[in-house]
Amino acid sequence: MTGSAIATITLTASQVERVLAAFAAPAIDQQKVRWGMVIDLKKFNELPLAKRKRVYDVCKEIHNIPIFPTAKDRVEWIWPADFEHTFPSQFNHFLPEEIENLEVPVLCNHCENPPCTKVCPTGATWKRDDGIVTMDYHRCIGCRYCMAACPYGMRSFNWRDPRPFIPKLNPTYHTRTKGVVEKCTFCVERLEKGLQPACVEASEGSFIFGDLNNLESEISKILREHYSIRRKPELGTEPKLYYLI
Amino acid sequence: MSKTPLVAVLLIFIGFFFFPYFYSVASGQLGKPVPELEKPKGDHCIEDAKWMEENHMVLLKEWRDHVIRQGIRTYISDTYGTAYNISTYTCFECHTSKANFCDKCHDYTGVKPNCWDCHVYPELLEKYR
Repeated sequence: MTGSAIATITLTASQVERVLAAFAAPAIDQQKVRWGMVIDLKKFNELPLAKRKRVYDVCKEIHNIPIFPTAKDRVEWIWPADFEHTFPSQFNHFLPEEIENLEVPVLCNHCENPPCTKVCPTGATWKRDDGIVTMDYHRCIGCRYCMAACPYGMRSFNWRDPRPFIPKLNPTYHTRTKGVVEKCTFCVERLEKGLQPACVEASEGSFIFGDLNNLESEISKILREHYSIRRKPELGTEPKLYYLI
Repeated sequence: MSKTPLVAVLLIFIGFFFFPYFYSVASGQLGKPVPELEKPKGDHCIEDAKWMEENHMVLLKEWRDHVIRQGIRTYISDTYGTAYNISTYTCFECHTSKANFCDKCHDYTGVKPNCWDCHVYPELLEKYR
């Protein structure tokens, strides 16, 4: 009786192993690519207001981001900011007015050297081999160390259950729960399908996304040909989000 | 010394310890048969049905790790050789209702998985429609 029970258990264990070996190879070799983004601020600010708003809204729609009535509870992955607060170290007096009044979209910088991942006590946030700083909400315990560590303030915390505040549910994406941190993921689920991130698609060419490792990619060419700035470069976090002014 | 307090404490302990049992007997839930689940669409599950019944949580956990950590989105069934998109919603393509399938067994066994706090299920979609 005992013998057969043990045999059953070992059989199940080996079956589990066999089944778990049955995963197909990933769509993109993460070791080879290094994703980055360029935001052409001039081009972006020339867009009409409705189209600029669309860039922020499309992210909310596809990622089931809740819209809370109170500013304190705000959860956002990409939002508009101004030049002064985005680039505090580059902000000089007597800047041309059009630069001072620029609308600067801010999102996670996907740093090469991300401080948020180093403080996470559970390994819920980490940098993938392709350079994307991503989250595993299953593991997040809501300690908000990452929010304290991020020098750009690009992470949001779910203070309340977000579900009742999602205007329209996207069935192909999950929602988050109360007590987890969330942020931009460069739309990993879209990259896997060979698509561009949603904001890039909605930006009408003012956002350029691509592989920084590939010298022939559009983003590498643009960065070679233009002078670009990054947020707080003096901190050494090496953001992979570049701005053209 | 009197043994009365000791016996009283013992009785109270036994009372608390077996409370779930007495409760089930009183509410008539003891010996209730395993609930009848809704028949799924399609002719087979991702793996052997019996295996899935026992190990679906292992499979879902491995699916989670492969998708999030390694970006692997396709799973090839060991039993049937069919390729499946790794997503919690893949289950609902055949098991069309959470209330009539997942919840029935989970309620019976007293398991409360928190998958559906975040993941989308058919009933939630109905609510948003």
